[in-house]
Amino acid sequence: MNENLFASFITPTMMGLPVVILIIMFPSILFTPSNRLINNRLYTFQQWAIKLITKQMMLIHSPKGQTWSLMIISLITFIGSTNLLGLLPHTFTPTTQLSMNLAMAIPLWMGAVLIGFRHKLKASLAHFLPQGTPIPLIPMLIIIETISLFIQPMALAVRLTANITAGHLLMHLVGGATLALTSISPPTASITFIILILLTVLEIAVALIQAYVFTLLVSLYLHDNT
Amino acid sequence: MADPGDGKMASPAPLKEKRLMEVRVGELPRWLLLRDLSPSGVAGAFRRGYERYHSKYIDVRKGSVSGVTMVLAAYVLFSYCLSYKELKHERWRKYH
Repeated sequence: MNENLFASFITPTMMGLPVVILIIMFPSILFTPSNRLINNRLYTFQQWAIKLITKQMMLIHSPKGQTWSLMIISLITFIGSTNLLGLLPHTFTPTTQLSMNLAMAIPLWMGAVLIGFRHKLKASLAHFLPQGTPIPLIPMLIIIETISLFIQPMALAVRLTANITAGHLLMHLVGGATLALTSISPPTASITFIILILLTVLEIAVALIQAYVFTLLVSLYLHDNT
Repeated sequence: MADPGDGKMASPAPLKEKRLMEVRVGELPRWLLLRDLSPSGVAGAFRRGYERYHSKYIDVRKGSVSGVTMVLAAYVLFSYCLSYKELKHERWRKYH
């Protein structure tokens, strides 16, 4: 049981070929664009959802920050769809791999910070020292603010990885417990089954929320720096 | 005119020009070898298959949920095949 618990997080290869590339590209099939004015139901729903998200996320930015809207909307769509697809049985979720989340978080964060340093150098440096600090505390506070700046991409990546991985592991464990309990005492098994159902509902919510949080934070870093 | 006794006879069209759904199972290896197996040929085949599925099930005005659900079911099946090696050990057998 112990060895099998983490088996679902192994990168899938088929006879040595990295199938994981196909799995990462799979959600894009569900989102193909169309050039009609009025589309079928699936596209209309997707367009409505994307319009809603765009308005919600991009209104707070200046026009300069709004040039990032394509990047941010594709980010939230990708993370949300990948997390939701990972809830299907036996599937592999790419966002459980720290490598992929780091690859998403670091360039976006660094892009936002470098834009800030390039265009508004004084304001970006001023972020390191909050207003109204007592003078003796200044050196320590600058060090702390620098550390907190550099920890932002790590926190983004690790937050996403840990949430999704922990949710999947919990579902595996509770599901295994339910299965093992059916032969021992069915009433307990039904309780664990109800817990499993609640966990699944939570996981659906977490999948969407994590996408939202990731994207929101990236857009916040962007807002600070444009 | 094909009478019922002729069910096992090969259909008259040459093998090279038949589409996938008309090829019999026994003829499948030969049919695959006769196809265009260059990268652009394979990509074209995937593209055509995708367009056919798309226009039949998804691109209709009142597309139902089954259009997407069939794709997801195929994806689950594919992932099951990929993880079969680890799942073998979890069957309910007395001796594995």
